[in-house]
Amino acid sequence: MNILIAHIAVPAITTLVMMFARTQKQVRAVAASGMTLQLLLSLILLYLFLQERAAGNEAVVLFTQSYFWYPSLGISFDIGVDGIAVAMILLTSIVIFTGIFASWEVEKLYKEFFISLIVLATGVYGFFVSLDLFVLFLFFELAVIPMYLLIGIWGSGPKEYAAMKLTLMLMGGSALLVVGILGVYFTADVEGLRTFNILALGQQHVPIEMQRIFFPMLFIGFGVIGALFPFHTWSPDGHSSAPTAVSMLHAGVLMKLGGYGCLKVAIFLLPEAANEMSWIFLILTSISVIYGALATVVQTDLKYINAYSSVSHCGLVLFAILMLNKTSSTGAVLQMISHGLMTALFFALIGMLYSRTKTRIITEMGGLMKVLPFLSVCYVIGGLASLGLPGLSGFVAEMTIFVGAFEHEDLFHRVATIIAVSSIVVTAVYILRVVGMLLMGPIKSEAYNNFPKAKWFEKIATISLITGILVIGLTPLWLSNMIRDSLGLIVDKLVLK
Amino acid sequence: MSFQYTIWILLLPFIAFVINGLGSGKIPGKISGWIATIAIGISTFLSYRTAFQYFTSSSREQVIAVKTTWLRFNDTLQIDLGILLDPISVMMLVVITTVSLVVFLYSQGYMKNESGYDRYFAFLSLFSFSMLGLVVATNLFQMYMFWELVGISSYLLIGFYYDKPTAVAAAKKAFIVTRFADLGFLIGILMVSFYAGTFDFEVLTRPESLQFSTAATFMGLSTITWALLLIFMGGAGKSAMFPLHIWLPDAMEGPTPVSALIHAATMVVAGVFLVARLFPLYYAYAPTALEVVAFIGAFTTLFAAVIACTQYDIKRVLAFSTMSQIGYMMLALGVSGYEGADGLGYTASLFHLFTHAFFKALLFLGAGAIIHAVHTNDIREMGGLRKHQPITHILFLIACLAIAGIPPFAGFFSKDEILSAVFANHPIYFGIAALVAGLTAFYMFRLYFIVFWGKATKYDQVPHESPAILLIPMILLAIGSTLAGFIPFGQFISSDGLPLASQINWPIAITSVILALTGIGIAWKFYKVESTSPDKVAKSFGTLYTSATKKFYIDELYILITKGIIFRLVAKPLAWFDRNVIDAFMNLLAATTNWISVQIREFQSGQVQKYAIIFISGVLIIVLSYIYVNR
Amino acid sequence: MIEQVPLNHALIVTTMMFFIGVYGFLTRKNLITMLISIELMLNAVNLNFVFFDKYLYPGTLEGHFFSLFIIAIAAAEAAVAIAIFINLYRNIRSIDVEEVDKMKY
Repeated sequence: MNILIAHIAVPAITTLVMMFARTQKQVRAVAASGMTLQLLLSLILLYLFLQERAAGNEAVVLFTQSYFWYPSLGISFDIGVDGIAVAMILLTSIVIFTGIFASWEVEKLYKEFFISLIVLATGVYGFFVSLDLFVLFLFFELAVIPMYLLIGIWGSGPKEYAAMKLTLMLMGGSALLVVGILGVYFTADVEGLRTFNILALGQQHVPIEMQRIFFPMLFIGFGVIGALFPFHTWSPDGHSSAPTAVSMLHAGVLMKLGGYGCLKVAIFLLPEAANEMSWIFLILTSISVIYGALATVVQTDLKYINAYSSVSHCGLVLFAILMLNKTSSTGAVLQMISHGLMTALFFALIGMLYSRTKTRIITEMGGLMKVLPFLSVCYVIGGLASLGLPGLSGFVAEMTIFVGAFEHEDLFHRVATIIAVSSIVVTAVYILRVVGMLLMGPIKSEAYNNFPKAKWFEKIATISLITGILVIGLTPLWLSNMIRDSLGLIVDKLVLK
Repeated sequence: MSFQYTIWILLLPFIAFVINGLGSGKIPGKISGWIATIAIGISTFLSYRTAFQYFTSSSREQVIAVKTTWLRFNDTLQIDLGILLDPISVMMLVVITTVSLVVFLYSQGYMKNESGYDRYFAFLSLFSFSMLGLVVATNLFQMYMFWELVGISSYLLIGFYYDKPTAVAAAKKAFIVTRFADLGFLIGILMVSFYAGTFDFEVLTRPESLQFSTAATFMGLSTITWALLLIFMGGAGKSAMFPLHIWLPDAMEGPTPVSALIHAATMVVAGVFLVARLFPLYYAYAPTALEVVAFIGAFTTLFAAVIACTQYDIKRVLAFSTMSQIGYMMLALGVSGYEGADGLGYTASLFHLFTHAFFKALLFLGAGAIIHAVHTNDIREMGGLRKHQPITHILFLIACLAIAGIPPFAGFFSKDEILSAVFANHPIYFGIAALVAGLTAFYMFRLYFIVFWGKATKYDQVPHESPAILLIPMILLAIGSTLAGFIPFGQFISSDGLPLASQINWPIAITSVILALTGIGIAWKFYKVESTSPDKVAKSFGTLYTSATKKFYIDELYILITKGIIFRLVAKPLAWFDRNVIDAFMNLLAATTNWISVQIREFQSGQVQKYAIIFISGVLIIVLSYIYVNR
Repeated sequence: MIEQVPLNHALIVTTMMFFIGVYGFLTRKNLITMLISIELMLNAVNLNFVFFDKYLYPGTLEGHFFSLFIIAIAAAEAAVAIAIFINLYRNIRSIDVEEVDKMKY
């Protein structure tokens, strides 16, 4: 069986099996074993992919498979992966795997919770493997919809409001996407049958007037979920209301669908318009980067802090993509992965801390390092990765982006780059502020001494994420090369000015 | 000739860090201390071996001992990790491992009763690893990586007593200020690499092999000058040069051995090392940038020396003294030429770096021994300690003499070289440097006399002499402080790689010694026995004195800028803007949609009579329009 | 033979009947009255059928048949409607049309 189909099948089968599970124990066991299997599959996929490449297979996408769904409209179930997709799939597998462990103690409607969570993951996997715009969009929606239930039912705080806001804003983005996708579908000058296949469309030419209309639609459509300023406001509310695993998956993976889509759909299919209009979005993303960072500095709720810092970091992803060259795009993908691991780690830890302190306001906490050394050290490591410490993943990603951005010689790009680079200082400020207030200082209350130590499933979740961060941070070459090799097709179409 | 083994100089501390870090809480404290110490001990041995092997071979060429590609950016730019051996990096290896070893040994005694002993040694090993990695970097980017690692280990160690709010604040301040400087460093690296097409020092230190387009200018200076100025900004941040110095005095919140290692001997001189590393580039392409280096150095050395005269915290006095001495080194680099005898400043600067590491570390360790005995940092609560701690007293005196530049101690030789280099190039700066030489002697002996002589203070517990584990490391350093000056430094290290014959410039030497003796004399008169004359003098200086005690209000200025302007006037309004404008706009959209739907909903009232009215009026309209309009 | 009443007269009567029914349907709140108004409209239509049959197509019987059908259906309708009204009255003690909003929200 094709390994990519297995990637969609395993979660699907897991949900089916889960229907028959009765107790919480059984549900957890099924979910955990299914996702462990999935993680192994992804590692095998990575291994096979690298093997194929080492063996000299130069095809753009590997492990392809194609089934016609609706031949007369040119819709077919085409799947295949390149280096970027492999990396993103691996990220998804790690995050969902740790997400299961982070939500080990969900009591309320646990079966439905895990089913929705895994359905969401299925959507994400489908999104990354599909080569057909229609199927891609289908899976995109499949990933977005369960989010509404997950936040609306299992969330906290103003959860209905947050769920509604998040879903509506993402749906707004989807609406633009549909128009954009159909626009590309109908205006590409294909001979004979029209097609939704991305690779086939990539070889066609869309008239420039049409590109100018549809590029902003596609870019904003994907940009909404990638937290593009000013369409990012769903993120703080959504993340702060969502349950732990959902925040992890959402910030860790779902927000990356935006960057991935911008790169592989918007820019790949509409390169000329991308060249022409990148400056508008560059302004927005530069604002995003520094604005998100500055807004983080004054937040007091841990989840808000992480949500706003995600705005800043994801802004950097889109910023790098808009630099429209190979180096910065490599950096963008690295940043997606790095931020995915980092932010998942943060949300997992926030959930774990919250389950003990019952508050997320940093001014009400302090001195956690003494009572919860393991979780605190994990938090510090996450923080250091976030502020770009060498040896952890954030550094690799950020530096690749900055070097790439510096390849442009004109003043506009220089200024934008320097604005983006200066965010590293602000990042350090807010990370150290949180670390200082939350973990260091005297212990805030007597009750802290009774906190349970980190449990085994919490350790699994955090350690696997930190392992990911460390592996990328210490040996980035293979990953960066894998991504870089896949970017040729996209970047070569861009005419740099 | 192979230098493959040098990799272990770096790896051993790193391994010690990993073992102590992972085994935190499981390994007994004593053992973790010894793991780290033995690791650094072997590194020290290997460094000496490297130095011996390197300097006995005839050539002073750059040797790439190890090299591996770590990350590839594009076709031209890539980050290598490797080990570059050349005179200055080998010299730094020796300095760092020696001081590290001494401090590790000392810490075994000093930190004995602290909790988190294993954590302490893990961080200390991490620091040694990063600092060693920094100096042997083969390229700018590797240097930047280890630069950041050094910064974070400094952060972790300053914040070692993490339940003490002042320590946490100091750690945060140190990291953020240096991070801000690193921003400049990073942008500078990006600019240099963009124009040079490489990060490698092998190429960058041979300016003749580079083709910079100096045509591109920005605000009157060529872009390469800007780039090098920005890189210097990074160095100034780490080396606590004005105006980025504010973190260093606060960094004294860390344990004293940490201050000795990081904030006196090694990390803070990274900026000097950086400028020295890129010196050929500075000299060839950006003389303006070098002038800036000299100016900042001269200003800082005076500025810090003046403040040091007014402080009462023993470690802060030493911190300002460190700043002042680093300013000296920067000044020497800034005025240096490149070839032959012109390059004296370069040699002198690094020579001073070398000797300063010994005596400043000794001063800090001595201060640690004192603090350990009297449990306070405030020198006003000390006095007459020479009776209680005779050995510490002698060692401290040696260090004071060395820093004051009294022959035959190490400081005399290096300071003399700096002064003659400055004299040859820039008379005004020479005036400042000579004045600072006197000031240095004054404030060091002010400290010495207050602490060891002065009034006989009553102590709650009678201070006792330190145990051997504290004294032996100090004795080692004292030997270094005494003898290091006799090393013919110019033979090994010079700007152009050729041996530089340096002899003592007697007229200048005599001037500086006289100045130093004057400073000591004044201190002796003021502080040997308690007297009121210092207060009178202080009063006569008026506002200058008060502002010097307040460190010229630079801290307050920073707080105004960060807290008052950036936090209150930028970040807060921004967060408000996000919630109340952008988010409110989105909510407004939703509310508008809702409102419209409420309005329209009235049509669908469910009242059958309303439907009927609409239905009938509709029919009537259609019928009438058919009859009358559409005839 | 008496002179025939002109068609116009007959139509005027039925039109008046119809609009009285319409008026009643729109203004009355009582469901029974509304039902009676509907009957009035239906009967106006019935009369129209008979009149047109008589005046325009004499000798044919289609109009009459239509009327008979309508009468039958109206009877059935009234039966169903009144059954609903009775049930409604039992439930909410009222047959006011504006109070019947249980299914609305």
